[in-house]
Formats: sequence, structure tokens, C-alpha cells
Amino acid sequence: MIIDMYAAGIAAVFGLLGIGLYGLMTLRNLIKVILSLQIIGKAAVLAVVVAGSISGEIAVAQSMAASVIVADTLVAVIGLALAVQMQRCHGSLDLRTLSMKFHTPPEAENGG
Amino acid sequence: MLSVAAVLVMLFSALLSISVRWLLTAALWLAVTSAGTAALLYMLGAHEIAVIEFSVGTGLVPVLFVFAMSLMGRASSMPTPIIPRTAAGGLALLCLALLGLTLLPINTAGQDKFPITFSQILWQDRSLDMLVQIVLIFAGIISVLNILRRTDTEPPGSRHDH
Repeated sequence: MIIDMYAAGIAAVFGLLGIGLYGLMTLRNLIKVILSLQIIGKAAVLAVVVAGSISGEIAVAQSMAASVIVADTLVAVIGLALAVQMQRCHGSLDLRTLSMKFHTPPEAENGG
Repeated sequence: MLSVAAVLVMLFSALLSISVRWLLTAALWLAVTSAGTAALLYMLGAHEIAVIEFSVGTGLVPVLFVFAMSLMGRASSMPTPIIPRTAAGGLALLCLALLGLTLLPINTAGQDKFPITFSQILWQDRSLDMLVQIVLIFAGIISVLNILRRTDTEPPGSRHDH
């Protein structure tokens, strides 16, 4: 039964990691990219706890998972704040549009 | 059986959160993913982290997403991906296969160690980490307040009205 639990945990880690990576590669909306990062963060938390549970060091794993949760939440907070500013200043959350805007030379923007 | 159900709920909601069109719905599915993660963490024996994950992942983070969306207005869009979906799926599967080759089979020896409580580890062995995390949280709050502050003097041409 406990082996089933570990197998379920490992399957969840791999599944969440795959979904997060797929989202990072295919999505162009900035909010969705942050959402994909959140999913990868959940996979990381789960991986640390599964590893700690298997090796019998669950307390150490929990303390490390707390650090991962804090870092993951900070990434979301700062990423969302930057997305809000992007929407305010450039009117778009599309990564390709923002990238084209930032890589346009100033002469082209001024029409010369 | 419960763990399998939690994993299925988690994966299904994670898949929905990146595939639905509306951002608000995506944030709600992310909250369901967090709830499933918290359930699985609890079943694995990480009770304290399960509670933290449930409160942060299901409570705080979706509220932050909704707050950001309310500041941005209707900004939901699903533009075509830069990398083709099949190639992205293949690359993700390749990454997972390489990771699996590295990790599996898992050595389960060493489970019979004497128990140390979570609070002992957190407040004694990793007290410096806790201090750094507290500083990080305050730094994050200050930086977000600075980022969200409206500046009256924006550079000309930086704002595009629609």
C-alpha cells in the first residue's frame, strides 16, 4: 500500500512537470506562463516530499518544501506585478508582441 | 485508492488550467490542482506542508491571480504557440524520460531512521533559512509595492491607448 503511495507521488511529479513544461513551451500569454511555473513549483514540492518520505527524512523534506513554497509564491507575486505593468504600459500580455516591441530599433519606431 | 484519485484530480485540473481560454477559470483550476497536491502531501505524511500548501496554493495564489486580472481587465487570449504543440509535447516527454532514467529505480533503504520532528528541523537546523525566507518575503512585498506604484511621469510614447 505504501509502495502505491510512492508510485502515485512519483506519477504526480512527472505528470505535473510534463504539463508545466508543455505549458511553458506552448503558451504565449504572460499570466499563463506564470501559471505553468506554479504547476512546475507544485511538482518540485511534491518531488522533495516524496524523496523525503522514501528516504525516511520527512522532516528535512518538509523544511525544504517550505522554502520551495515561499520561493514559488514570490515568483508568482513578482511575475504578476510585472504582468500588470506590462499590460498598463504596452497594452498586451502576448510574449511575441512584447518581444517584437522591445527588439524594434528606435529609428523604426519613429518612422525613420 | 485515495492517492490515485488525488493524482488524477491534480493532473486533470493542471491540464485544464493551461488549456482553458479564460484566465479566471484557469486560476480556479490551479486552486483545484493545489488542493489535490495538498491531499497527496498529507497522505505522504507531510502534514504541516500539506496545510501550508492548501492555504497558500488554494487561498493566496488564486486571490493574487484574480487581483492581477481585475487590475488588467479582460486580457484573456490564446494566441498560437511559438513552438508547435506536437514538438513541445515531444520535448516535454523527452525531458521526463531523461529524468526518469536518472531517478528510477528508487532506493527505499534507509527508512528506519529515528524520527526528528518538523519543528526541530525548521527552527533549529534550518533557522538561517527561515530568516532568509522572512527577508525574502519582505523584499517581495516591497518590490511589488514599487512595481505596482503608478508613476505620474511616464516616458512619452510608452503608453498605448486602445
